[in-house]
Amino acid sequence: MNVNQHTPMASPYGQPQPSFGQPGYAPLDGSYPAPYAPYNGPASAYQPGAPPQGPVRGPPTSGPPPVSAPQQYNQYSQSQGSMQNGPPPPTQAPPRPAVSQPYNQGAMNLSGPHPSYPQHYGPPSTMQQVTNQMTGMQITSGPPTAAGPGYAPPHSSQPPVSTGYSAAPQASYTQAPPPVSSAPTQPPPPSGPAAPQQYYSGPPPSSQQPFNSSLPPTSQQQQQFTSSVPPHPPPQQTLPPSSYSGPVPTQSQPPVPPVSQAQQSFPTPQPPFSSAPPPVSQSSFATGPPPSAPGSFPPQGPPPSSQPGSFPPPGPPLTSAPSCQYPGPMPPQQQPPPSQPSPYHSGHHPPRPQMPPTSMAQSNHLPPGPQGPAGPPGPLQQPPSQPGMQTGYPPQQNGAFGQVRGPQPGYSGPYPGQPNYGAPAPAPPAQKRLDPDAIPSPIQVIEDDKAKTTEPFTTGVRGQAPPLVTTNFQVQDQGNASPRFIRCTAYNMPCTADMAKQSQVPLAAVIKPLATLPPDEAPPLVVDHGESGPIRCNRCKAYMCPYMQFIEGGRRFQCGFCSCVTEVPPHYFQHLDHTGKRVDCYDRPELSLGSYEFLATVDYCKNNKLPPPPAFIFLIDVSYNAVKSGMVNIVCQELKTLLDCLPRENPEVESAVRVGFVTYNKVLHFYNVKSSLAQPQMMVVSDVSDMFVPLLDGFLVNVNESRQVIESLLDQIPEMFADTRETETVFGPVIQAGLEALKAADCAGKLFVFHTSLPIAEAPGKLKNREDKKLIGTDKEKSLFQPQVGFYSSLAKECVAQGCCVDLFLFPNQYVDVATLAVVPVSTGGSVYKYTYFQAQSDQERFLNDLRRDVQKLVGFDAVMRVRTSTGIRATDFFGSFYMSNTTDVELAGLDCDKAITVEFKHDDKLSEETGALMQCAVLYTSCSGQRRLRVHNMAVNCCSQLADLYRNCETDTIINYFSKYAFRGVLSNPTKAVRETLVNQCAQILACYRKNCASPSSAGQLILPECMKLLPVYLNCVLKSDVLLPGADVSLDDRAYLRQLISCMDVAESHVFFYPRLLPVMKLESGSLPVAVRDSEERLSKGGVYLLETGLHLFLWVGASVQQELLLNIFGTPSFSQIDSNVTSLPVLDNPISQALRELIYSFRAQRSRYMKLMVVKQEDRAELIFRHFLVEDKSASGGASYVDFLCHMHKEIRQLLS
Amino acid sequence: MTTYQEFIQQNEDRDGVRFSWNLWPSSRLEATRLVVPVSCLFTPLKERPNLPPVQYEPVLCSRANCKAVLNPLCQVDFRAKIWACNFCFQRNPFPPSYAGISDVNQPAELMPQFSTIEYIVQRGPAAPLIFLYVVDTCLEEEDLQALKESLQMSLSLLPPNALVGLITFGRMVQVHELSCEGIAKSYVFRGTKDLTAKQIQEMLGLTKPAVTGQQGRPLAPQDAAATCKFLQPVHRVDMNLTDLLGELQRDPWPVPQGKRPLRSTGVALSVAVGLLEGTFPNTGARVMLFIGGPPTQGPGMVVGDELKTPIRSWHDIQKDNARHLKKATKYYEALANRSATNGHSIDIYACALDQTGLLEMKCLSNLTGGHIVMGDSFNTSLFKQTFQRVFSKDYNGDFRMAFGGVLEVKTSRELKVSGAIGPCVSLNSKSPCVSENELGIGGTSQWKVCGLNPSTTLGIYFEVVNQHNAPVPQGGRGAVQFVTQYQHSNTQRRIRVTTIARNWADAQSQIQHIESSFDQEAAAVLMARLGVFRAESEEGPDVLRWLDRQLIRLFMFHLRRSPFLQVFNNSPDESSYYRHHFVRQDLTQSLIMIQPILYSYSFHGPPEPVLLDSSSILPDRILLMDTFFQLVIYHGETIAQWRKAGYQEMAEYENFKQLLQAPLDDAQEILQTRFPMPRYIDTEHGGSQARFLLSKVNPSQTHNNLYAWGQETGAPILTDDVSLQVFMDHLKKLAVSSSA
Repeated sequence: MNVNQHTPMASPYGQPQPSFGQPGYAPLDGSYPAPYAPYNGPASAYQPGAPPQGPVRGPPTSGPPPVSAPQQYNQYSQSQGSMQNGPPPPTQAPPRPAVSQPYNQGAMNLSGPHPSYPQHYGPPSTMQQVTNQMTGMQITSGPPTAAGPGYAPPHSSQPPVSTGYSAAPQASYTQAPPPVSSAPTQPPPPSGPAAPQQYYSGPPPSSQQPFNSSLPPTSQQQQQFTSSVPPHPPPQQTLPPSSYSGPVPTQSQPPVPPVSQAQQSFPTPQPPFSSAPPPVSQSSFATGPPPSAPGSFPPQGPPPSSQPGSFPPPGPPLTSAPSCQYPGPMPPQQQPPPSQPSPYHSGHHPPRPQMPPTSMAQSNHLPPGPQGPAGPPGPLQQPPSQPGMQTGYPPQQNGAFGQVRGPQPGYSGPYPGQPNYGAPAPAPPAQKRLDPDAIPSPIQVIEDDKAKTTEPFTTGVRGQAPPLVTTNFQVQDQGNASPRFIRCTAYNMPCTADMAKQSQVPLAAVIKPLATLPPDEAPPLVVDHGESGPIRCNRCKAYMCPYMQFIEGGRRFQCGFCSCVTEVPPHYFQHLDHTGKRVDCYDRPELSLGSYEFLATVDYCKNNKLPPPPAFIFLIDVSYNAVKSGMVNIVCQELKTLLDCLPRENPEVESAVRVGFVTYNKVLHFYNVKSSLAQPQMMVVSDVSDMFVPLLDGFLVNVNESRQVIESLLDQIPEMFADTRETETVFGPVIQAGLEALKAADCAGKLFVFHTSLPIAEAPGKLKNREDKKLIGTDKEKSLFQPQVGFYSSLAKECVAQGCCVDLFLFPNQYVDVATLAVVPVSTGGSVYKYTYFQAQSDQERFLNDLRRDVQKLVGFDAVMRVRTSTGIRATDFFGSFYMSNTTDVELAGLDCDKAITVEFKHDDKLSEETGALMQCAVLYTSCSGQRRLRVHNMAVNCCSQLADLYRNCETDTIINYFSKYAFRGVLSNPTKAVRETLVNQCAQILACYRKNCASPSSAGQLILPECMKLLPVYLNCVLKSDVLLPGADVSLDDRAYLRQLISCMDVAESHVFFYPRLLPVMKLESGSLPVAVRDSEERLSKGGVYLLETGLHLFLWVGASVQQELLLNIFGTPSFSQIDSNVTSLPVLDNPISQALRELIYSFRAQRSRYMKLMVVKQEDRAELIFRHFLVEDKSASGGASYVDFLCHMHKEIRQLLS
Repeated sequence: MTTYQEFIQQNEDRDGVRFSWNLWPSSRLEATRLVVPVSCLFTPLKERPNLPPVQYEPVLCSRANCKAVLNPLCQVDFRAKIWACNFCFQRNPFPPSYAGISDVNQPAELMPQFSTIEYIVQRGPAAPLIFLYVVDTCLEEEDLQALKESLQMSLSLLPPNALVGLITFGRMVQVHELSCEGIAKSYVFRGTKDLTAKQIQEMLGLTKPAVTGQQGRPLAPQDAAATCKFLQPVHRVDMNLTDLLGELQRDPWPVPQGKRPLRSTGVALSVAVGLLEGTFPNTGARVMLFIGGPPTQGPGMVVGDELKTPIRSWHDIQKDNARHLKKATKYYEALANRSATNGHSIDIYACALDQTGLLEMKCLSNLTGGHIVMGDSFNTSLFKQTFQRVFSKDYNGDFRMAFGGVLEVKTSRELKVSGAIGPCVSLNSKSPCVSENELGIGGTSQWKVCGLNPSTTLGIYFEVVNQHNAPVPQGGRGAVQFVTQYQHSNTQRRIRVTTIARNWADAQSQIQHIESSFDQEAAAVLMARLGVFRAESEEGPDVLRWLDRQLIRLFMFHLRRSPFLQVFNNSPDESSYYRHHFVRQDLTQSLIMIQPILYSYSFHGPPEPVLLDSSSILPDRILLMDTFFQLVIYHGETIAQWRKAGYQEMAEYENFKQLLQAPLDDAQEILQTRFPMPRYIDTEHGGSQARFLLSKVNPSQTHNNLYAWGQETGAPILTDDVSLQVFMDHLKKLAVSSSA
C-alpha cells in the first residue's frame, strides 16, 4: 500500500521535487511567502483533498476540529507546554507537511493501514492533529510547497491532505487523541471529530480547491501551522488554539484518536514490544480501551494532571494515560479506532473505513479508523506511509522529547497516541507524543526516490544530486565522476565561508576511487600520454580533464582549478572547433569523461623503477585456540583452491601475484616452498624481538610453479600443529615479518593475518588486557579506543612506506584489543574481519566468503591519493583507512574496491556561482599486475549564494556518512558524551539555520525540516545510538573498536544500511520484485509475519510467533513455530516459490555487500530477539538510545533553543 | 742402574711424563738458579694397551684439602688396615671393601708397576657422545659439495647412540630439527644479533627441559633425546640427516659485487654453545665448526663485508689497526669459557685460501681442547683425511677422544704447582699445593681439559718451595700425583691416576747429578711452550728477548726462527694455527715442530738424517723434510732433471725409480699417522714450493757468503737471517759477558 501511495507520491514528487528542489525551496527561503502561502494552501488543499477523497475528510471537516481543536490545543499546549510547550508539536508538523503530506498521502493511499489510521485519527482527533500536523506538514511542506504544486493535482492534493491528515491524524491520534479523547472521552471526541471534520470539511473543500483556491487552505494551514506552533506554546495555548482552529484540532483530534489508541495501546502496552501487541491490543481495544483507558489514565493522570494543568489536563491526562497504557499504539490504534472511533467518529468512521483505502484523504485522517478496522497489518504498513505526517508530529514529539521522559505525563496526556508509539518500550511512561507514522519515514523517502528514478543518471549536469544509494540506477559518465565513485554532501556549495559556517552543513565528498561498477557500466578507460607522462597543469599539477579550457587555438590550456595557463605539448596538440572545444574531445576520455586512468611513467614510481608485481603473504596463527576452533584447517583447505583466484586484470593471464606463507604462535614459522624442493621447509624464527626474514629465495613463489609444494605444505600445517599446546601469540612481529619479506623482495603487497588472541607473548607490540567496563561513559573512555602502545603506529608507517597492506582476520574468544590490533590494517588501507567465538561449523561459510572476496577483489598497492580543488576551497580533512605524512597526500599501502575515503572541504576564499567548485581526485597506484597507474575522478558542483539552494541539494546519506566518521574519530579524543552532543548541536544548527533562513515564517514552535534533510534526525539518531557512541551493556570494547574502524572506510551505501537497516516483510515477497521495506521499529512487525533484516554486517530472519503454518512450511520445511531451529545459518532448499524467492533475496543481499552476512534466524520472543531488536533503530534501545520519536522531539527542542 | 736416557724413556712409556729435571734441587734458591724450572710434559691419556682399567672407585685420603689417591708410594699397615698418605701424611683406614687386604693380597693401586692406574667409576647414567655440526654455507659450490660428503661420511663413523645436531649458517643461522617427517624444520636466528644463552634456549624452546641431572650430571640419553629435537641419536635420524645434508644449499642471499658473503659465525657458535649448554651441560660434546671464510657480520665479526677492506694482517695488528680484533677475540673467549665450563669442546675446520679469523677464534679450541684444522679447501685430501682421522679408533675400537677431563695435580709439601700450558682452562681450585708464582695458566691445582686425545700433552710447571735453610732429609723424595677424571668415548666415566716421585738433590753437593738428570728435549719443549704462551699474550720482540735471556742452546735457534715466535711471512691465522698445535702435541711432535727433520736420499747409501742446513741441499739428493705441518719432498737439481727426462720409466734405471719412491713411501707413513694431516709438497730444485724447505734450513750459505763457501757444498739461501754459526758465536759471547 505504502508503495503505491508512495509511488503516486513519487510522481508528484518527481515533479514537485524538481520544482521543489529549486523553485519550491527558493520560494521558501526567501521570498516565498507566496509559495508558502500556496503551500499552506496545499495543505489546506490537502485537507480539502481529504474531503474529496472521502466524505471522510468531509467528516473530519476542519470545521469541527477547530472547535475541538481549541480544546485540544489547550490540552496540547498544556501537555506539550508542560513538556515542551505547545510549540514543538506544531513545529514538527509544519515543517514536514509538504513532504509528509505527500508521504502521508502515499501512505494513506498505499496501505490499508492508512485508511485505518484515518479512521482512528481521522475522525476524532485527526482534525485537530491533522491541523497541527497539517500545519506542520504544511510548513515542512513549505518547502514542499513545490510539492504542493505537485500536489495541487488532485492526487497530490489528496495525498498530501490525506498524508497531512493521516500523518497528523495518526500522530495526533496516537498522541493527542488518546489523551484527550480517552480522558475526556466523549467531550473531546466530539469536539475532536467535529474539529477534524471542520478542518477537513473546511479544508477539504478548500484543499481540493485549495490548490486552486489555495488561499483558504493556506491560510488555514498556515494558521494551523502557526497554530500548531502555538499549540506548543500551548501554555499560551488556549488562546492560540482557540484562535487557530487548526492547532486545536490536532489536539482535539489526538484526543479522539488517543482514545482509540489508548484503547489499542492498552493491549499493546503490555506486550508493547512484541509485535504481538497489535493483535492483543486489538482485542483489548474492544474492551480494553475503556477500561484500560481509565486504568491507564491514572498513571498518566498524575503527570498529566500536572501538565494538564491546562484545560485539557483532565482530558489529556486521561488520554495520556491511555496512551501510556497503549504503548502498542499501532495496534491499539487500529482497534481503538473501532471502539472509540466509532463513538467519536462514528460519523467519520463510516466514511473512513470505506475511505481509507480508497481515498487518501480518508486514509489520512481516517487512519485511525481504518487502522482499527484494517487490523494490525494495516497499521504496520501505514506507519511507514505516515511518515509524511511526521513533520507535523515531530513538533509534538519534540515538545515531548526533551521532556519526554520526565514530562511524559503531560505529554502523554496530550499525545496519548504518541506514547503508544514511542511507548512500545517506554510504553508506560510513553505518555509522549508523536505518532511515528507522522514523522519522516526513511522508507517513504527511499521508495519515492526509487519511483522517481527511471532514467539513467547522467553526470553531465553540474550540481545535480544523484539518486539515493538505495535506488538502482544506471550512470552515464558525461564529464563528472559517477556517484559510485564520488558522492557529495552538497551539490550546491555555499559561495562563501560565512555561509558555510552559518549553515553548518558539512561540505564533504565520499570518494571510492576503485569502486566496482555494475556490469553494464564500463570501467574507466586507460589513457596513455606516452613517455612524458600525463599532461598536467604546470602550477597545481592537476591532470588533464574536461575542466581544462583550451585557448589560443588549442596551443595552450587554462587550468580549471588554478587558472594557470600551460602550453600544450606538441604531441598532444589538436585544433579547436567553433565552440572552442578540441576536435578530438570525444575521442579522449580525459577530455570528455569524469573518470579515467592514465598509465604512469617511471617518474611516478618509487626509486624511478617500475614496480615488480605485488605479493600476498598469508600469516596464520597456529596457537591452540586457532587450531581448536578449526580456523587453521579451514584456512589451509581453502587456500588450496583460493590461490587459483588471485586477482588479475586479464582473466586469461595467470595472476602475477606471488604468495608466501607464515604460521606463528609465539614464534614465527616461515616456509620455503620453492618449486624445486621435494617438500616444504619450515624455518622457525624465535627471535621475535627483532624480526627478520630468514629466507629470500623460495618464500614468495608463483602459485603454479610451486603448486605441489604449496599443497603439501597446506596439508601439513594443520597436522603439524594439531597437538599444539601453545596458547600465547605474538602480533607485532607477524606484521614485521610480512613487511620485511616484502622489503626483501622489494615489492608491495598484502598481508592476510589470521589471528586469534591478545598478543601477550613477550615481543614488540605485546599487549595487556585493558578492557575495563568501568571506564565506559567516563572521560577516560576515549583511551580505550586509542592504541595501547605506540608500536603499531610506527609499524604502520613503515608498512605504508613499503606498500604493505594488512588485512586482519580475527577469531577472538575474548578481548583482543581490536583498537590496537587494527591500527596497522587501518593505516595501511587494509580491512579487519572479526569472527567472535568462531566455530568452524557455523561461521565457516561467512569467513570463507569474506576471505574469498578479500583475496580476489581488485586492489591497488602503494597508492597515493591527492584531491585537488578549484581556488576557493580546499580539502582539509580526510577520513578512512590510510596514512598521511603530510596534509595533502593520502597514502594507502593498499586500496581495494570497497574502501571509501571521506574528504572534507573548507573554504579558503570565495567561490563563484559561475564556475562552481571543481575537485579532482587522483589516485596513483600499482595494479595487481604490477602496472603503475593514475586513476582520476573529476567532480564539479554548483555554488550558491542563497542558503536555500544549499539545502535543496544536499544528500543526507552522505552527510550521515561524514558525521559518523567524524564522530567515530572524535571518540579518540573526546568523551563519547561530548561527541554525541556535538553531533546533535551541529545537526540542530543545520536545521535551525534552515528554519531561520529558508523556511517560511511560521510559529517558532514548528519543526520544519528541509526536504533533503528530513531524514537527518532519524539517521543521526541511529548514529548516536550506535554501539560506538552509546554501547549497551553487552557490547564489548572490541566490538566498538571494530565497528569504529569499519565505519571509517564505508561508502555511503554501506553506512546507510548500517545505520538504518533494511527490514523486509518476507511474507509479501514475490519473485521478481522486492517488497517495500518496513521501518525499523518493533511496532511495524506483525506477529504473523516473517521479516528479513540486513545491516550490511548482519542478516536476520525474524519469525513472528503466529506465523501461518504454510509460510513456515514453505520457508523452513516445518509447520511448527517451535520446531524452527534458530541455529541454522542457511535456509533449507525447498521447492516452492517463497523459499526460492527468499533464498534468492538473501543471495542478492549478500552479493550487494562487501562482507558476507551470516543468516540468523530469530524467533519471536526468543532470547536472540534481543540482538535483533538492537537493530530496530527507530525504537528505544536497550542501551538508552532514544526512539526516533523522542529524538525528533529533542532535536526540535534544540532547534527552538537555537532559534530563540 | 739404567741410564737417565732409559729411565726417562721408561717413565714416559709408563706414565706419559717427561720432567725437565729428574733430580730436583732441594731448595727454592737452587731451583731458581737452574733457569729451567722443574716442570714436566704430561700426557694424561697416553695410550697404555697393557693397562686394564680397574672397575672400582679410587680410595682417597680422608683429609679434606688433600684427597690424594691411594698409590704405590703410600705406606701401608696391612694389619691395622691403615695407610698413610704420602702427600699429607694423614693416616687413613681402608674402606670395608679392602678388608681382605694383606701383604700378599694387594690391590692394584699399591703395586709399583701401577704408578699409573685407571679406574672406571659408575656414577649416574652414561652420557652419550654429542656431535654438533656447525656448517658454513657461504662456500663455493664445489667446496660445499665436498664438505657435505665428508659430513655424510662422518655419520657412518659415529657410534649409533651418539647424538648429532646440525646448525648451518650464512647470513642467518639455522638450527635444524632432525626428527621431523614431511617437512624440514629449522629454527632461524638473525646473524647480526648477540643473544644470551637464555634467549637462545627460549627461542629454541628449551626453557623447560627435563630436569637436568643433579650437579650437572648428564641426562639419561633417552630423556635427553626426548627433550631435544635438535640432537638426536644417529641411528634414528641417519636417513633424515643424510637427506638434509644432501639438500643443503649455498646461502641463498645474494652477494653483491665487491662484497664478501655475510657469514654469521659468531652467532652460529653462540647458538651452538647455548644449545648444548641448555641441553647437555657437563656432558661430552664436540661442536664441529666448518668455515670457508671469516665471520663478516654480527658479534664476532672479524672483517667487514667490503672486499676492498682486507682482513687484518700482523702489520695491522702491530699498528693497532685491526678494528674488530679485540672485540671479536673477547666475544669468542667468552664463548669458549662458557663452553669449557660445560665440558664441551669446539673444533674449527677452516678451509679457505685467505684467512678465516683463526686468530680471533683460536681460543675456542685452545680453551676447550678442540682441534683446529686449516686447509685451502674442503675439497682436498688434507681436510678429508684429517676429518676422517678425528674419528679414528684405538685398539679397543673406541674413539681416540675423551671429554670433560679434569686434571688435578697434587704435590708433596716441598713442591707447588705454578701453572700449566696446554689446551685447558683453570678451574680456580685453590689448594695448598698451588704456587703464588704463575707460569702459564696458574693459580689453580685443577684444570679442565674438555677435549682430550691420547697425544694431548700439557706442560706443567712447578716451583720448589723448600727453603734453603730447611733441607730435605737425605734421600727424601718429592712426589706428584696427577688425577685425571674424564668421560671416555665409550661414555664411561674414568679416573686415571699417575703418581710419580723424584729424589731431592742438594744442588751444591750434587750438581753433577742434577746436570745429568737434565732432559734436554723436555726442557726445550717446555721452554718453548713458555715462549709461545708469552708470545700469545705479549709483543713478539719481548718474547724473543726473554728467550734469549734464558740462554737455551741449540734448539732455540730454530725456535727463534719458527712460526711459533716469528710472525714474519705468516698470517695471524697461521701463527695461531701453529701455536695451537704446538702447545698440545707430545714431546716428539713438538720437537719436530721446533726443529724440522730433514732426511736425505741418495745413491750413496740408505736414507740418513742430515743437518737442517743449506749445505744439505745438494743436486743429487732427494730431501724429505717434516716440519709437522708440512711434508716436503725436494728433488735436487740433478735428480729433477733425471726425473724430467723420464729415466725412472726405464727398466735399466729401476734403482732410480726406487730412489724416487723411497721418500714417497716414508712420507706416506708419516701422513698415515699424523694429525692433522700435514700439507704434502712434492717439489724440486727451483720449484716455487721449494721455498718451504729453503725457509727452514739454516742459512749457512747465503748470497752474502756464498763465494766464500764455494760451489759444491749446497744451495745458498737468499736471506738476511743470521745463520746458526753466527747465532752461536753471538751466544757464546753473550754467555761469557753476562756471567761476568
